[in-house]
Amino acid sequence: MNYLQNVGKYFLMLGQVFKRPQKNSIFWECLFKEIEELGVKSMGIVVFISFFVGGVVAIQTGLNVDNPLIPKYLIGFATKRSIILEFAPTFMCVILAGKVGSYISSSIGTMRVTEQIDALEVMGVNALNYLVLPKIIASVFFYPFIVLLAMVVGIYGGWVSGFATGLFTSDDYIIGIREDFKPSLIRYSLIKTMVFAFVIATVPSFYGYYVKGGSLEVGKASTLAVVWTIVVIILLNYFLTQMLLG
Amino acid sequence: MIEVANLYKSFDDQEVLKGISATFEKGDTSMIIGASGSGKTVLLKCLLGLIRQDEGEISFDGRPYTKMSTQDKRELRKEMGMVFQSGALFDSESIEDNIMFPLKMFTDQSKEEMLERVNFVLNRVHLENINKKYPAEISGGMQKRVSIARAIVMNPKYLFCDEPNSGLDPQTAIVIDNLIQEITDEYQMITIINSHDMNSVMEIGEKIIFLKNGLKAWEGNKNTIFKTDNKAVTDFVYSSDLFKKVREIYNK
Repeated sequence: MNYLQNVGKYFLMLGQVFKRPQKNSIFWECLFKEIEELGVKSMGIVVFISFFVGGVVAIQTGLNVDNPLIPKYLIGFATKRSIILEFAPTFMCVILAGKVGSYISSSIGTMRVTEQIDALEVMGVNALNYLVLPKIIASVFFYPFIVLLAMVVGIYGGWVSGFATGLFTSDDYIIGIREDFKPSLIRYSLIKTMVFAFVIATVPSFYGYYVKGGSLEVGKASTLAVVWTIVVIILLNYFLTQMLLG
Repeated sequence: MIEVANLYKSFDDQEVLKGISATFEKGDTSMIIGASGSGKTVLLKCLLGLIRQDEGEISFDGRPYTKMSTQDKRELRKEMGMVFQSGALFDSESIEDNIMFPLKMFTDQSKEEMLERVNFVLNRVHLENINKKYPAEISGGMQKRVSIARAIVMNPKYLFCDEPNSGLDPQTAIVIDNLIQEITDEYQMITIINSHDMNSVMEIGEKIIFLKNGLKAWEGNKNTIFKTDNKAVTDFVYSSDLFKKVREIYNK
């Protein structure tokens, strides 16, 4: 019952979030701040993880392709497909859910328990619109770029691992990544990313905004926010994959 | 004038406000007093619209606040200022940005005009050269004064203060009390203060409403509070030895 109530409350929250910003200049200022906080500051970790995971995917594929009848270029092909279809959109968004989700829920939650949100409301500010809408727009429109970056760096990481291990040649890998290239898969990946980005911005905001108590409760809300964001991403991944590729 | 009529509020099975009625006049500093858990904060939050009452009416200069849409309430709130018990300053923004926030949000003033206004209100609360500091870098008393500055920066018609003296030393508390009184007189606002500090009550209580268990148990002012024989009030007021002695002297 409590879960159902929370789902209803979440959609009511979205109703308040999607209102016209009270002042456009303030909205743009907040939007650029959020792009920096939620997007630009996440790029380092995205590049780091993508590079090494791309390398690991290529090495594992290379180690499993030991049949001489299977062409080596399949290593590059399989690495590319894994990265574009799942690693870059889903794995990266799960990581971003942890990094950004905890930031969003704890920052909004702290504002709630220190009465800063009440202060905004008393001033006549639509606090949900002011705090959450820029986060949603920043995530939904910036995370696709981060995922594109993750794809490029991941594939590059796979290529570098070939040099490091000698499992495959550069030519084989490049032929593999150029083989059967389908732009529709990139589109699928970016659509998934935008949906996941919406979840990453809104679910932690929900947990932060409605937190009651003190710092301990903010911590608990932050943990719950990350857990539920990941659960929702994994479930949506399942349905979106069936809807878009099935 | 703010009119409150027959206000009820419960949380689960606990009735916190049981039919409170009161009026607050322009230019008056009104105090809502009572022991912890008497319903002061809930009453104040109902007045601000942060908590929805179960029954009853609240109107601001004839405008029925309780019947307004969320949007209309937001418009009316632009005429309100609030000093929170904790200060509720935006801790990741400088003092200047904190005070400037309502101006940026609701006016089309230039940066210079806003700065001028910020400096004016900071000066009004006797603070200087702290524009670039962050709330954590100033004392509790200064935070309260910044909070007052932010509350009055838009020239509000209604000022609400939730225990503005809590956590302050007696000297600073008097400074804050006098400041609120001066500002109320100067801007002819309706000021409502929530407090259980009897020093404040004696300092600025032009109108006093005493709450007990969610009911209005007594109404008067700082001159009549010593004369009342209402037991609930006398128990509250004379709970400290200092005030017992004050009463003895007063009665002599």
